[in-house]
Amino acid sequence: MGLNINEDISQSLQERVSAAMNSKTALKIVGGNSKAFYGRETDGEILNVSGHSGILNYEPTELVATVRAGTKLSELQQALSAQGQMLPFEPPHLGESATVGGTVATNLSGPRRPFGGAVRDHVLGVKIINGKGEILHFGGEVMKNVAGYDLSRLMAGAMGTLGVLLEVSFKVNPVAENELTLYRNCSIDTAITTMNEWASRPYPISGGVFDGENLYIRFSGSENAVEAARKKFGGDELEDANNFWLRIKEQQHAFFGGDAPLWRLSLAPASPHILLPGKTLVDWAGAQRWYKGEANADDIRQAAQKSGGHAVMFRGGDRDQAFQPLDPVVMRLHKNLKQAMDPNGILNPGRLYAQL
Amino acid sequence: MSSHSHHETEFHTHRDTLVNALRKVLADDALLYQSEDLSPYECDGLSAYRQLPMVVAIPTTIAQVQDVMRICNQLNVPVVARGAGTGLSGGALPHAQGVLLSLARFKSILNIDTDNRSATVQPGVRNLAISEAAAKYRLYYAPDPSSQIACSIGGNVAENSGGVHCLKYGLTVHNILQLKVVTIEGELITIGSNALDAPGYDLLALMTGSEGMLGVIVEVTVKLLPTPERAQVLLAAFDDVVKAGSAVGNIISAGIIPAGLEMMDKLSIQAAEDFVHAGYPTDAAAILLCEVDGTNEEVSDHISAVREILQSSGATEVRTAKDDAERATFWKGRKAAFPAIGRISPDYYCMDGTIPRKHLPTVLKGIEDLSSEYGLAVANVFHAGDGNLHPLILYNANVEGELERTEEFGGKILELCVEVGGTITGEHGVGMEKINQMCVQFETAELEQFHAVKHAFDAKGLLNPGKAVPTLHRCAEFGAMHVHHGELPFPELERF
Repeated sequence: MGLNINEDISQSLQERVSAAMNSKTALKIVGGNSKAFYGRETDGEILNVSGHSGILNYEPTELVATVRAGTKLSELQQALSAQGQMLPFEPPHLGESATVGGTVATNLSGPRRPFGGAVRDHVLGVKIINGKGEILHFGGEVMKNVAGYDLSRLMAGAMGTLGVLLEVSFKVNPVAENELTLYRNCSIDTAITTMNEWASRPYPISGGVFDGENLYIRFSGSENAVEAARKKFGGDELEDANNFWLRIKEQQHAFFGGDAPLWRLSLAPASPHILLPGKTLVDWAGAQRWYKGEANADDIRQAAQKSGGHAVMFRGGDRDQAFQPLDPVVMRLHKNLKQAMDPNGILNPGRLYAQL
Repeated sequence: MSSHSHHETEFHTHRDTLVNALRKVLADDALLYQSEDLSPYECDGLSAYRQLPMVVAIPTTIAQVQDVMRICNQLNVPVVARGAGTGLSGGALPHAQGVLLSLARFKSILNIDTDNRSATVQPGVRNLAISEAAAKYRLYYAPDPSSQIACSIGGNVAENSGGVHCLKYGLTVHNILQLKVVTIEGELITIGSNALDAPGYDLLALMTGSEGMLGVIVEVTVKLLPTPERAQVLLAAFDDVVKAGSAVGNIISAGIIPAGLEMMDKLSIQAAEDFVHAGYPTDAAAILLCEVDGTNEEVSDHISAVREILQSSGATEVRTAKDDAERATFWKGRKAAFPAIGRISPDYYCMDGTIPRKHLPTVLKGIEDLSSEYGLAVANVFHAGDGNLHPLILYNANVEGELERTEEFGGKILELCVEVGGTITGEHGVGMEKINQMCVQFETAELEQFHAVKHAFDAKGLLNPGKAVPTLHRCAEFGAMHVHHGELPFPELERF
């Protein structure tokens, strides 16, 4: 079934890209503009894709939804919710205008990520305009598909530098019958250890957060499964739990207040707490640490690397160095790949790295 | 096979120069070039395609892999990487003028990190060996292709292997964290990380399923999951495959994602039953095997819900495995389906299309019609939860022309899958086998984009040449034989 399908403007978008390619004019791809603060800046002519919207095909029994990139994320989520389904990666909107395209381009996922997968894990197929102005399809609407290189998942997190997203097919999942959030007061070290111990057991966990004061564990599953978890875990039940997870995901929790730079550290989940001046919120059951403080960027990056991961300057710091620098050989491959998809370098140049 | 010759990927390798260069970096027992030593490598799991390589290199260290790659890059020699050789699409079919690079000696499990629930292993480690090593920590590696006893993790990454538990636990791409890869220039790079994501482009996704076309995988870090407290399997019999297909949709509509959901048709049921005596109802038109796993409580809740759905969907019989032994027996029939077919036919040819599940009746009917047209029987085994269909075409290679007819029949099945919005390969890869059907699946500009991506990693085209992505000329040649609706595909190319 389709829903709210507006005029197909892919042809005019294609013409814009072709013209830009011929005149070597940089384009700045904009959807809802809700994540404009994120990553590096780019200043091309604006290519607005928000008008290219609509849910083209949603088949609840096939667990697949194909959506135009300009569709509002909230609109897609409402349609899924009406059928008892959801996007398993619990995407942060970071603004009411958030679109599906921006969600994929930034690959940002919410608290369910370590258990339900990231945005990239649920991209089944895409339709894009590459930097040569060609409309291309990769992947499709089926879960298993190994024909050709996986250029659809490659779009996730590419910040629009490899193609203009026109359509995305997502794998969706049923919403669990029951959810329960339990919490208890503890130290950050205990919280990290406990989260990882619980994630090592076959319980129906769907979230693990430490907010500086309490450890929160969310369980999603059948009624008896959730009740059994309550007995085993102990702690208190959190009232209004949906609101709590929403405030974590949307960065509305008190932790995110204040002017200090906000960093996202993606680490091996059981990594010990990294001591830096400022405060830390643990999400993704240990695998994502939000750090708010004034520590030196190099120190933050080195610490993240030592813990098996990397750091992103998320808000309020030096946008020029938003992402962890790449190994020189890996950067060469990135440049080659950019050249393969966008030979004249017109799509969001510099949005991810200065060289791309 | 003449139709799969290397005329497009001709290299002019001087054997003695190559052997002399490789001798300097490899021990005597790591370099094979006498024809009697080469024959074990002439094919992978798709034995209908055979080709001797010029040389087989069997290094033991990453540094040696780097040396081999540097030499091949310098001398302009193609490299085909090979793991356990169980692939079903000819992805590891050697190149006549090239090096067959075997990773068979990379078989150590380097580290199991119980705190972070990951395992770092060499590419030659068998899929099942990872789960066996992790079992004592109550952890396991989820993707379980039917060949998991033998297939190696490096090959699993190269093919993005699936298995019977994909619907709930995903494919290889969802279950790996980090790769170490040697480029064609001989550089060692790390892709991904020990965290859940890495900076830059998602090269981990790009490398997974790239069929040895972009680099050689020399180390893999996989995610480990907690072993479920309990798994329970139901077997349901149907007198009609369409009813079995709707039952699958009904389970998913009820909000249950089973760990495994498999369908077999009458011929597969009978062959499997004769072979392993799993107690399958041989009079059924189709059976569904539905496994649910999780905590005790969750399994209890879901098993009773699934049982009711199967009954209300028209199952003539629903059985619950009474213990782990019976559960294993139920699965044994399914996992032995391919060899079981091998017992009733001299040869069989396994297809691997994926379709949106709602088109199952159309596609099964189409396969039935083609089966009568070609006079070749087909047994269907279906990963019903995720739409991945494995029709097995029964044939006899000793009957002249029967293999060619089988291949043509198989190609038509794949084209049918594309027509209903599916794909030519769900988990076995394109390799050499489905190279022509890639022309049906993709348009010219898309194939050109694939070639440009390949060029980004391997400008000289030395890694597994001629596989996975067809040249436009090949498509023109193939398209000339397959004209749809009076339109010539690839009109911009000359015909020959």
